[in-house]
Amino acid sequence: MDIDKRQFLKILGISSALWVGSRFAGGISSLFGIGDKFDTKALADAGFEISKTLPDPKALTAKQWAIAIDIRQFKTADDYKKCIMVCDKIHNIPDISTKQDIKWIWEEPYNAAFPEQHNNYMGGQLKDKPVILMCNQCEFPPCVRVCPTGATFKRQDGIVMMDYHRCIGCRYCMAGCPYGSRSFNFQDPRPFLKKIDPEYPTRTKGVVEKCDFCAERLDKGLMPACVEASNGAMVFGDLRDPGSDIRKILSSNFSIRRKPELGTQPNVFYLI
Amino acid sequence: MYDSGKIITGLVLFVGLVTLPFWYSIGKAQVKPDPSLNTPVINQMKVKHCIESKQFMIDNHMELLNDWRNAVVRDNKTLYVSTTGQSFTMSLEVTCFHCHSNEKQFCNQCHSYVNIQPYCWECHVKPAEEIANGH
Ligand code: SF4
Ligand code: SF4
Repeated sequence: MDIDKRQFLKILGISSALWVGSRFAGGISSLFGIGDKFDTKALADAGFEISKTLPDPKALTAKQWAIAIDIRQFKTADDYKKCIMVCDKIHNIPDISTKQDIKWIWEEPYNAAFPEQHNNYMGGQLKDKPVILMCNQCEFPPCVRVCPTGATFKRQDGIVMMDYHRCIGCRYCMAGCPYGSRSFNFQDPRPFLKKIDPEYPTRTKGVVEKCDFCAERLDKGLMPACVEASNGAMVFGDLRDPGSDIRKILSSNFSIRRKPELGTQPNVFYLI
Repeated sequence: MYDSGKIITGLVLFVGLVTLPFWYSIGKAQVKPDPSLNTPVINQMKVKHCIESKQFMIDNHMELLNDWRNAVVRDNKTLYVSTTGQSFTMSLEVTCFHCHSNEKQFCNQCHSYVNIQPYCWECHVKPAEEIANGH
């Protein structure tokens, strides 16, 4: 049989319409075969009990988590060290003695942390005093806006989270973050870890990491580790809850934030 | 036929090359994967049962783990309620490796057989036993 171009296109059109139609009849989820194996709806329809995933009932929840750091209460080197060390330890953060070091929480002199607040004639202890720094979990995070893969995203409790599985290591987020809160894994971090906590994954070469307010601890009902270690010098709470500890402390103390003029609305507050 | 010598030699060579993988593995005994359940925790269980049925786990563990990771990392969910109504923490380290502490004799059996290299271990910490042995 000879067929011309017109007939050929007709046959092609009709048969593909039939194919799509038949797939639709079998449920949209099975179009292209997606969900064939794990079709929970079909299982439920067939009378099977289906498994489900739930948040831990003990989990701490909020609309926007925030931390207030009372730097007046940080007096000895040890006050800083205990907050930083506990984070390094439970999150398997390596200690690398070059510029390629990884940091989630660190210290910086006041004039470096708040360059626009600094003046040469500043008196008192504040001038060179170290300040604790970490990711601000910005309300409008530039890092999230620029990430091309959705690897960094904002959780419903306001935490800016990292999904290392999706990070392609492009480092746009590092360019976007105005606070230097992010570190890149230039190499496998494991050789630089003295001890690995087996309950928390390490990272791998080529991904970016940062503080996430101990999201994994909040989801189990625990406070962030640095807050717990600070003996009250750091206060954690829901910024949208007028009755929360952090709101009380912010309403009764003068507080500043890093680079508020950028409009990122940082959620780490400093009481000075 | 012109150039029959060249053509036939070419054909023989071509068929030989295409079927090379078969020649290559002829005579090599393919060891059937045999995942071992011989770990201290599993040995102590009265009823040896994974979080779901054995067949479900064999067929779907990769999709299950994928769902787990999205639930934990992206939706703040940490608990998995199985079809038997039991709940488990969604964690490779805390839940899976608690029983399957023998990566080499368990995970790697099938993964090596089908020649896939899951890169879970680049970040997730292998069961303690393997680390102790320096791997
Ligand atoms: S480095 Fe990773 S997290 Fe950062 S922007 Fe690129 S993909 Fe996103
Ligand atoms: S401090 Fe930097 S990394 Fe953290 S949320 Fe803001 S922009 Fe993103």
